[in-house]
Amino acid sequence: MAATQTTSGPGNRVTAMLLLPTTLWFLLLLVMPLVVILIYSLGERAPAGGYAPALTLAQYANLPARLKAFTNTLTLAPLGTIMCLLIAYPLAYYLAVRAGPKIKPFLLTLVIIPFWTSFLIRTYAWIYILGGRGIPQLAEMIGIDDMRLIYTPTAVLIGIVYGYLPLMVFPIYVSLEKLDKRLLEASSDLGANPFRTFFQVTLPLSAPGLVTGSLLVFILLMGEYLIPALLGGGKVFFVGNALVDLFLQSRNWPFGSAVAITLVGIMLVAVAVYLKLVGRSDKGGDQDVSII
Amino acid sequence: MRIYAAAVYLFLYGPIALIILFSFNAGRHASTFHCCATTWYPRTFNNTFLVEALLNSLMIAGTTAVLATIFGTMASLALQRVKGGLRLAFDALTYIAIIIPGIVIGIATLVALVTVFDVLNPLIAGLWPTSAHDSIPKLGLGYGSVIAAHTLFTMALVIIIVRARIQGMDRTLIEASADLYATPWATFRQVTLPQIFPAVMSGFLLSFTFSFDDFIIAFFVAGSETTLPIYVFSSIRRGITPETNVIATTVLLASLTLLITAQLLLRQKNAKG
Repeated sequence: MAATQTTSGPGNRVTAMLLLPTTLWFLLLLVMPLVVILIYSLGERAPAGGYAPALTLAQYANLPARLKAFTNTLTLAPLGTIMCLLIAYPLAYYLAVRAGPKIKPFLLTLVIIPFWTSFLIRTYAWIYILGGRGIPQLAEMIGIDDMRLIYTPTAVLIGIVYGYLPLMVFPIYVSLEKLDKRLLEASSDLGANPFRTFFQVTLPLSAPGLVTGSLLVFILLMGEYLIPALLGGGKVFFVGNALVDLFLQSRNWPFGSAVAITLVGIMLVAVAVYLKLVGRSDKGGDQDVSII
Repeated sequence: MRIYAAAVYLFLYGPIALIILFSFNAGRHASTFHCCATTWYPRTFNNTFLVEALLNSLMIAGTTAVLATIFGTMASLALQRVKGGLRLAFDALTYIAIIIPGIVIGIATLVALVTVFDVLNPLIAGLWPTSAHDSIPKLGLGYGSVIAAHTLFTMALVIIIVRARIQGMDRTLIEASADLYATPWATFRQVTLPQIFPAVMSGFLLSFTFSFDDFIIAFFVAGSETTLPIYVFSSIRRGITPETNVIATTVLLASLTLLITAQLLLRQKNAKG
């Protein structure tokens, strides 16, 4: 601290210089774009596409025209998050509590690798597996005909779980790893069955990881585009797909802006409600999210 | 429990293995598999569009990672000394940059840049000397806008990672260094930087990976340029060919190599520190 006090004159100038690029970026590429789409969302569509100045809420009144995209997103995003959670938890538990010390670092790296490899390509692999010559063909061999997987909500859910599982495993693992294993022994020594130990000791103590993981996955899912585009095939679409359509195909910028603003609004409200429900009782839930 | 874990790993790696296997398809079509040949590899890498897209992506990801790491680290260091309203505003913007979905960032950046360019281009044309009329610079979407948009998100990521590290840093060393009359620059080089280096490296790698992997932001703001994910996406849309599997395998192996190298580097650095 002594250093900052003695050099407070030039120190301030240095601080300002250090913050300059970030400030510029935030203002020009975050604040300005968001303000621009907010203004556009109050405008009208120009006849040739694009924007015509106006001050109207007509775009927002028109939102029900894309209701299906919103209901799909708002059912499949929470559902996908829950499925990730259910599948990730036992694995995280195994890694943190059961796995031997020798094999553990290797198994952890195996969870992290998919997270670092192309999301697009990992999703693409499922076009094969779920497509006509994949699982449906296998099903035919054992006598199940006309099985249809690709371009269904199930396909999108599988894609979601596959894409986001590593992101869910990691925070849960971190919080289970920190958990004092002696508490588990104490619980069973005091006569609690494994079931009771899990629900009264393990689960509450791993809550911070659960909250972090599900927030991460849910936030990313709300803006998802690739998975429904590749595995939903125009039948199961999210708000993200509606946005691409509105901006790049029909060029209805004002309506698209209103949809984008609404998406961000719903997302922020959902996150706030969720954090309120969880109660933030788990003080010190600030875990670092470093992946490597 | 162990069987369950094995099943999850099979789920995670099965599809990846399938893609790698299919890249060695000897047949002409992607849907039927004939084992095994590398015929598609040379054919794929002779595709100039693909190679160009790959080079574009590497260039964009490299520039983004360098900018985001330098600017993000600079901001993290400065933020230690900023308090009050300015600090709150900065923290809020950092989290907003991370929380807002990429697709919204892409759209908002596209709309804002197009609007600004529409205003600026006539101005530039007006100010340009009339003698050189055919060489008037015109602002447009392209590499620059992709790098700028990627840098926003990744910079915020670097700030969060590096600041977490700074908070856990031993501050007495910095004071000692200043007491021993080291210049602020010398203190930074010899005391602060070595301590925050692992975080800076993680930030760099995350930024590179994010930028290299990003499809949706680039899809909106790349203009007529193509990045690797855009190329792969449109080739999937046109119909899957064995070529797509070759690209996929190559990208998978490249990111794996990068990840392993990074892990080894970081581990060495950590062991030393």
